[in-house]
Amino acid sequence: MRLGLVIDLDVCVGCHACAIACKEWNASGTIGPLSDYQPYGAEPSGVWFNRIRHYEMDEYPNNKTVNFPMSCMHCEDADCVTVCPTGASYKRPEDGIVLIDQDKCMGCNYCSWACPYGARELDRSSGTMKKCTLCVDRIYDQDLPVEERQPACVLTCPAHARMFGDFDDPDSAVSRTVRERSGFPLMPELNYNPTNQYLPPRRMPVIPVDAKPRGGLKESIKQFANKLVRR
Amino acid sequence: MHPAFSVIFFTVASGAGFGLFSLLFLADFFKLGGGFSQDQLVAGGLIAMGLVVFGLLSSTFHLANPKNAWRAFSRFRTSWLSREGVFAMVFMPLALIYLGSIMFDASQWLRVISGFLTAVLAWITVFSTGMIYACLKTIRQWNTPLVPANYLALGYASGSLLLLLGAVVAGLDTTPYIAMSALIVSIAAVLKAIYYFWIHSPGLSPTINTATGLTRAKVKLLDTGHTHGTFLTQEFGFQIARQKAGLLKVVVFVLGFALPGLMLVWVFNQQGGQTAAIIAALAGLAGAAVERWLFFAEARHVVNLYHGAQRC
Repeated sequence: MRLGLVIDLDVCVGCHACAIACKEWNASGTIGPLSDYQPYGAEPSGVWFNRIRHYEMDEYPNNKTVNFPMSCMHCEDADCVTVCPTGASYKRPEDGIVLIDQDKCMGCNYCSWACPYGARELDRSSGTMKKCTLCVDRIYDQDLPVEERQPACVLTCPAHARMFGDFDDPDSAVSRTVRERSGFPLMPELNYNPTNQYLPPRRMPVIPVDAKPRGGLKESIKQFANKLVRR
Repeated sequence: MHPAFSVIFFTVASGAGFGLFSLLFLADFFKLGGGFSQDQLVAGGLIAMGLVVFGLLSSTFHLANPKNAWRAFSRFRTSWLSREGVFAMVFMPLALIYLGSIMFDASQWLRVISGFLTAVLAWITVFSTGMIYACLKTIRQWNTPLVPANYLALGYASGSLLLLLGAVVAGLDTTPYIAMSALIVSIAAVLKAIYYFWIHSPGLSPTINTATGLTRAKVKLLDTGHTHGTFLTQEFGFQIARQKAGLLKVVVFVLGFALPGLMLVWVFNQQGGQTAAIIAALAGLAGAAVERWLFFAEARHVVNLYHGAQRC
């Protein structure tokens, strides 16, 4: 199994609900708490596994806002795991989830240096590195109904911009969607082989509008006069 | 990258310590300039080990959870950070055996073999320190073989200047020590110049387009999504102005290479004596510290692409 997420950049509305749901679930999960620093102060900051950035692609009039959620990519060739000196950082062979053993981490930050996606954040209160667990304490929970055995971010997304599944299975929903929509990994040139895939914004057809009605002689003279007058 | 002072002190001090120890073995083996006495060798060796130990201790200050530091020896097969720790720990007892064999007049073969192995391990440890940075694909300015070469050359340059100071204090013939220092300091200067030239050009590096996968049009950041800074901006957001970096490069070359070179000439001409040797050693160490600070300050992590940088 190779579990991961598909994120649809076409439908993401940038509401940050995935980040909030993630924080809500994981703050009390196996890796919690996710400390906040000055949450109500002048410089609020804290640990998040999910961060949403907003970009603009192309220039006016072809520009488009792209909302961009990012979390751990659970890479196949995860350097964050190989550089870890203590063995706290590991990748599970059975499902490919990259996790951090909080009892072994010494907080040297080295794994965060090796991660190109900014997926790892140090929790200052525990002194350990923390990251997305793909809600490992949720997706295998037999007490939950089957349809709820998914990461919190996927369940909460109001636009259905996130999908969770097994990329090793060529017939899984995630594999099919990535094939059909030309999904892509981020920064493939670094050869980390990220599992999470992104779906590009769709090319929307141009919405046709009626041709401008001709205004007759009066309108033409007005336009001609407008061109003459210097403002 | 944010330059952490504990790491800068660690790499400069331990580099000088490892360099001093292995060059001390060479000086002992070839009896350079008449050769140090037993007591002088032991004192020099202990100073070198002191630099290494203080460096290693200071490196634990940047750990957020130092109580797990002992686990850092466990991933020798994959992690350069782990390898560095293991090699440094193997270095210690071997160095003590070497110093012991000098102090208690043990047989010559034990002294030579332990000394040789210690010198090789010192070399490997400094190489591992460089590889900690050079193996990161996320930072183009570090991902080059020049980085371990620079770490070795600068560590041995500052070590050779310390050894020269020892030779002056011990009243040995300084000519071979001056020749050795001059050679190593010039190699270090040339390697550093090549490194600065190399990182000056943009090279092949990820851009905001490959980072977001939106490769068919110009991409710009509208909003980072966080209110204040995050761990990522604190750790990787540090930037240094190009002008300031250029000025510091001049400082590195003047303090780290030119001033020690001038002092070598003074010592050679029997001017200044100890004072010149002290200035050479201190200037070499200070130059290495500025170089190390700049090494961090100039490094640009690719995560900055997600925070709006067009390329790294």
